[in-house]
Amino acid sequence: MAEVLRLDGIRKSYNVGTPVETEVLHGIDLTLHARDFLALMGPSGSGKSTLLNIIGLLDRPTAGRLLINGVDAGQLGDAALTQLRGRAIGFVFQYHYLISAFTARENVMMPMLVDRGRPDGEMERRADELLDRVGLSRWRNNNAANMSGGQQQRVAIARALAMNPDLVLADEPTGNLDTKSANDVFELMREINRERGTTFLLVTHNDDLAKSCDRIVQVVDGRIAVSGVSLP
Amino acid sequence: MKRWLPFEWIAAVRFLLDGALQTLVIVGGIAIGVGVIVFMSAMLAGLQANFIKRVLTSQPQIQLIPPDQVARPLRDEPGTVEVATVQRPTQRVISIDQWPKIRAEMQARPDVVYAAATASGSALALRGDTSRAITLYGIEPEIYFQIVKVPDFIVAGEAQITTEGILIGVELARDLGASLGDKIIVSTPLAGNRVLTIKGIFDFGNKAANQRNTFVTLRNAQSMLGLIGGVTSIDITVADIYTAETIAQEIQATLPVKADSWIRTNAQFFTAVKAQQNSNTLIRLFVGLSVAFGIAAVLIVSVIQRSKDIGILRAMGARREQILRVFLIQGGLLGFIGALIGSGLGALALFAWHQSARQVDGSELFPLILESELFIASSLLATLTGVAAAIAPALRAARLDPVVAIRG
Repeated sequence: MAEVLRLDGIRKSYNVGTPVETEVLHGIDLTLHARDFLALMGPSGSGKSTLLNIIGLLDRPTAGRLLINGVDAGQLGDAALTQLRGRAIGFVFQYHYLISAFTARENVMMPMLVDRGRPDGEMERRADELLDRVGLSRWRNNNAANMSGGQQQRVAIARALAMNPDLVLADEPTGNLDTKSANDVFELMREINRERGTTFLLVTHNDDLAKSCDRIVQVVDGRIAVSGVSLP
Repeated sequence: MKRWLPFEWIAAVRFLLDGALQTLVIVGGIAIGVGVIVFMSAMLAGLQANFIKRVLTSQPQIQLIPPDQVARPLRDEPGTVEVATVQRPTQRVISIDQWPKIRAEMQARPDVVYAAATASGSALALRGDTSRAITLYGIEPEIYFQIVKVPDFIVAGEAQITTEGILIGVELARDLGASLGDKIIVSTPLAGNRVLTIKGIFDFGNKAANQRNTFVTLRNAQSMLGLIGGVTSIDITVADIYTAETIAQEIQATLPVKADSWIRTNAQFFTAVKAQQNSNTLIRLFVGLSVAFGIAAVLIVSVIQRSKDIGILRAMGARREQILRVFLIQGGLLGFIGALIGSGLGALALFAWHQSARQVDGSELFPLILESELFIASSLLATLTGVAAAIAPALRAARLDPVVAIRG
């Protein structure tokens, strides 16, 4: 199976070069392949958000190598890194973070619009197809702010898939939803993972959801404590 | 989403529409600012045009006259002491030396529009047992009337001077009890009495000018003033009235004449015009600054409010320069829309003020001058001000760290 993500000895320190320099990640090694569906768990402050930001190319590690689809992110400049992030990675955040000034359909089109510069029919068709896939065809022209939490999270998933990324990073995507909506959203991601082969990396505190993932990685104190083990 | 619009324009317009109240408030502020600028500029331009029209249609912009006649004390051998007092000589009416050549030179200058030769001097106007002191202007009507718009002030008859004709002012006509077609005697020390027919009566709106100024043909004046073939002044209009003094100095430096510009002869008026222009510029500057600060303040708040959106866009692959452009466009749009509304408001206020503000005699206080250039310049300036005001907030938005922005 193709290697989508590879982390070799990733370290992250804050306040580098000052007396209060703090290392929060102490050499993380992790590999994700196509079709992987992985849960990233760990207590608050363990470094999993920092790790997610580094994997999502939103932050740079202090040391170590990060490869996305075989491309060494450390060798890329800011513009190339931004382009790689836009094309290879999709994001789903806990608070869905749709842009309220746009409709559901326009939110889904946004990554394509940012990448290509001007809207076109192909973008609209792709957005409609994705909204149809997440069951929100009827609400496509609704303003993002006028949708329920579950619906917004579904739109966010559709948006994360807009550029057909190999990797979707979901930061507690169900953390702000009721149980039914949370299960629906999780099932949706699972189905997409199976149908399209998209790799998912989920940060979650929910043991039940984590058990439904193919693999669990536990981060404790900036180190991977357990990898590839299902919870008892 | 309009397909022809780039992402930055779409985002900028949507962000402005999304914060409608905020947008409305700042557009209102810009509109008032631009309205004030348009109103003030157009009104001052009107008032100024009125003043300038009054001043410059009744006098030349530059007048070339013979140099002052000065006494030249005779010097004896080296070492002799000159007399202590040199008496000023009288200023006789004399002609400008080689005036046809000088006039031709003036006419050839690109910054000169018209140059007319005039012979003028004092005379007496007599009718019955009444006499009045007058200034006799001998003119070449076809050119002189382009400089001093006598025909515009004619209230009786017409501005056509024949060999035996004369144009006089309403005050002089009243003093002499004369009307159109009547004959008056014009007396000069050198030529004695000459009978002339009143061909036209003018009203310059200035009592002294209406009492003293009279116009006859150049040839008539030359013979009556003892200036056969000579002229006492060359009257000039220039393309840019505000360069009159510079041109006058240039002429005076190169030719044997004294050159007086309207700026020097109307120094007080010119100072008032300049002060008006300066105060207008200052007001524009301060209004422009307050508009710029208003736009900047609103956009800074917008960047803070939209930091999560900016973070999301950055996470989705939006480049820094795209984010920068989104906010610059917002600044430009705010300035442009505010300027459009403000121009309309300013024009409306000017129209209303023009209708209500009247002079004592009921005539308009100022001519209504609404030039498209003013609106284009105001809109352009407001748009540029908007873009400039947006630079700091846009840079701040573009520099936002997506991780920090998303976390809020």
